[in-house]
Amino acid sequence: MTFEMPDFSLALPEIWVMFMACVVLVVDLFARGRESAPAFYLTQATLLIAAWLALDTQWGIEAVTFNGTYVADSLAAVLKVTVCLLAFVSFAYGRDYLRQRDLLRGEFFLIGLISVLGMLVMASAHNMLSLYLGLELLSLSLYAMVAFDRDSRSGSEAAMKYFVLGALSSGMLLYGMSMIYGGSASLDFAKIAQVAANGNGGLLLGFGIAFSIVGVAFKFGAVPFHMWIPDVYEGAPTATTLFVSTAPKVAAVALFVRLLVDGLGALAPEWHVMAAILAVGSLAVGNLFALVQTNIKRLLGYSTISHIGFLFLGFVAAGPDGYTAALFYAITYGIMAAGAFGMVILLSRRGFEADRIEDMKGLNERHSGFAFVMLVLMFSMTGIPGTVGFYAKWLVLKAVIDAGMVWLAVVAVIFAVIGAFYYLRVLKMVYFDRLEEDAVPLQAPAGMRYILAANGALIVILGLFPDSLIAVCRAAFGG
Amino acid sequence: MFEGWPVLSLLIWLPILGGVLVLLSGERAPERARWISLVTSVVVFVISLSLWTGFESGTAAMQFVEQAPWITTFDVQYHLGVDGISMPLILLTTFATVLVVAAGWEVIQYKVSQYMAAFLIMEGIMIGVFSALDAILFYVFFEAMLIPMFLVIGIWGGANRIYATLKFFLYTFLGSVLMLVALIYLRYQAGTFEITEMYGLGLPLATQVLIFFAFLGAFAVKVPMWPVHTWLPDAHVEAPTGGSVILAAIMLKIGGYGFLRFSLPIAPDASLNLDWLMIALSLIAVVYVGLVAMVQEDMKKLIAYSSIAHMGFVTLGFFIIFRVVAADAANQSSAIMALEGGTVQMISHGFVSAALFLCVGVLYDRMHTRKINAYGGVANRMPIFAGFFVLFAMANAGLPGTSGFVGEFMVILASFHADFWYAAIAALTLILGAAYTLWMIKRVVYGEVANEEVAELQEISRREFAILGVLAIAVLLLGVWPAPLINVMEPSLTHLFSQVVVTP
Repeated sequence: MTFEMPDFSLALPEIWVMFMACVVLVVDLFARGRESAPAFYLTQATLLIAAWLALDTQWGIEAVTFNGTYVADSLAAVLKVTVCLLAFVSFAYGRDYLRQRDLLRGEFFLIGLISVLGMLVMASAHNMLSLYLGLELLSLSLYAMVAFDRDSRSGSEAAMKYFVLGALSSGMLLYGMSMIYGGSASLDFAKIAQVAANGNGGLLLGFGIAFSIVGVAFKFGAVPFHMWIPDVYEGAPTATTLFVSTAPKVAAVALFVRLLVDGLGALAPEWHVMAAILAVGSLAVGNLFALVQTNIKRLLGYSTISHIGFLFLGFVAAGPDGYTAALFYAITYGIMAAGAFGMVILLSRRGFEADRIEDMKGLNERHSGFAFVMLVLMFSMTGIPGTVGFYAKWLVLKAVIDAGMVWLAVVAVIFAVIGAFYYLRVLKMVYFDRLEEDAVPLQAPAGMRYILAANGALIVILGLFPDSLIAVCRAAFGG
Repeated sequence: MFEGWPVLSLLIWLPILGGVLVLLSGERAPERARWISLVTSVVVFVISLSLWTGFESGTAAMQFVEQAPWITTFDVQYHLGVDGISMPLILLTTFATVLVVAAGWEVIQYKVSQYMAAFLIMEGIMIGVFSALDAILFYVFFEAMLIPMFLVIGIWGGANRIYATLKFFLYTFLGSVLMLVALIYLRYQAGTFEITEMYGLGLPLATQVLIFFAFLGAFAVKVPMWPVHTWLPDAHVEAPTGGSVILAAIMLKIGGYGFLRFSLPIAPDASLNLDWLMIALSLIAVVYVGLVAMVQEDMKKLIAYSSIAHMGFVTLGFFIIFRVVAADAANQSSAIMALEGGTVQMISHGFVSAALFLCVGVLYDRMHTRKINAYGGVANRMPIFAGFFVLFAMANAGLPGTSGFVGEFMVILASFHADFWYAAIAALTLILGAAYTLWMIKRVVYGEVANEEVAELQEISRREFAILGVLAIAVLLLGVWPAPLINVMEPSLTHLFSQVVVTP
């Protein structure tokens, strides 16, 4: 192996985020007492600039550097921009929540930035080591964020559960990777792809795939590796739940695509069946269990599982159309989940988590504007046209049907109808149930209200004009 | 008038914009919300009249066509256009919306602007359903329609509204998702989402049957056909008057329209092979549901069941054509008459059921009950209202001279050419319809004044008089002079017939 000078300019987004994470750490040390405002604003500026850098340096090119461990392509650009923007929105929603509970410390944003760094590395991974590095950077940060409220028992419990299961799944993934390495004698996805295409990998690669899929499915939260999702969603501070449910899901798409498509795409027939089982299982379990939830964070957790099922169908369909559908689904799901947890935060206040579905009661009478945002969010998650959620489902169904799996599409839509019920139940609370006692006025600050309104508007605007986002996702897969 | 304008786009987006404007106007000034809604709906109605005046009858081609790329990546077009089948339905929509806005004027006091906005937005969406020529565009409108209706029933409905609206939503949603799968599959076969390009693909029968059932799931629930009709009585009873009017006058028609636009031309062989099923379901709707209507004690429920029975005539007219041609291949004009009868019945039922629901609404606003036995002798206190109510009831029973007669007569006449027994069973409706409607009228309107509450009833206001008067004119006009409507529809239906039925 010859040493070549890596092209640092390609990795500008990561370098920038890492540098700024250090800056935030230092700044936060010296500017504590003021609710960590400097750390917050620095973090937000960092994320916006990182998004711009990713777009500027990586969109439309196809370059590999750092001895083949780092790839800069359109897919990486799309993933990174999405991750940065979702993180930006999550922090904007979460800040007020943390302040009300005396949790507002600079570490939250610092750890958040580091997890973003992990996601960016994943998005550009072109080698199993860099992929794993990014993944662990993300996961470890998330464990810490879940346990951010030290005094909360449920938070600590959730973090412990998340950590133990997460470590297990990382072990599985690592084991799978070692098998793949054994079968292909390389960590580099390009070389692995060559071996896989030549059919030289043999049984060892097959084993590797099985174990890696387990790891990947865990990070997504696909059934039967979903057990952590409801507990973590419920136990973590809502600000963390919001973060966990948005950007990392997009990063998980990176994990899947880089490892199983870029690396092992030639062996797709091997992992298709596994992905299909995960998809159908997630659709079934997610939708059916969500029906009986009374806690809205758990409900959204199970709904996440069902959405992951839909997203996996895109992988099952395979081909550029299928991956486009999966990426589009992840991005739109991130937007919807951010809004939904944003609503939970909006309704909560000090000493009141607003995490029961009943807490949504009479929202239309308290504030018809936010009731409407909730309406848009819920219908978008159901997949009703006029909202972007429809196109996410539509793209997946289209890819699945074009791939000749009509029965899978039928299963998916049947579960979508079952899923409609629990979203409608939330809307029933919002619109149909009248207020019983005098309502406490909503206390959220103006900034958060604007972001929430913009979030809802974005879902409707993308619901009317989805073309550009679809085209971007398509371009990421060379369409 | 409005030549060179994108009339259909205006008709879709103007009410939606008006609805958003009303929403933004807030709840503090209900009077302003009402006026914005009324002005918007009237303007939209006037614009829609230009469809009628500018319509070139004598051709089956799509008119007022607009086409623009929408989702370029997957070749979905914003493609609008109307033919003789959809144009009258759009007019019916704009007409009904004006009535609904006027009818909710004083009655609705809770969240006025949201109520008005829901109906305006629904109007735009429904016009979109009737004018979309791209399958995905159609589906988008078809599904989006559920949102405002879900809210209308759930927020302003009666005591059991939540059960009713959830049932309504889930039934129709379940029906339509399978259609989405079928539409995507058809795109895979046809290479485009253009609806007209999906005609005549020559798919194998087994595939066609699956597609037919997928469409049936969507449209049979909407129509609704027996046995998937059970959501309708619940939804109707619990919905506010405006919601019932739109449900009965427009939404049910979307099911019928779907059969004409999708099921028949896209799966003609399956339609031919399954026409026994459709005819049987239609006749069950006509006879059995008619009998069910007879025993209802709730006026709205009675009208809801009568709607199902009348829509049975529509589907009977659409699917009897294969039998007519099978009986006598030369007798194409009778088959086309069956299609025309079904379509005229859709328009007529739009007027009549809207009028009946409005009449019940008038009574309900005064007495706050819909139970038939709570009334009696209403004619003594409200003679003008009684006149209207009786007229619309007669139209519902299919009395000659009213619009209700024309469609039923054409369908029965055409059925005679297929088989005497079909016609005989269908003709039972003339007896059943008269029985349940007039019996209700007898108990509610005539007789002695039943109780003190009836004795205190006030005659209808000028606003109510205007609403019912306009509908009465429409019902009578269509009854005595249906020719203009039939002329508009005939070329499109003839063209449809030639696509569906391959005569030897």
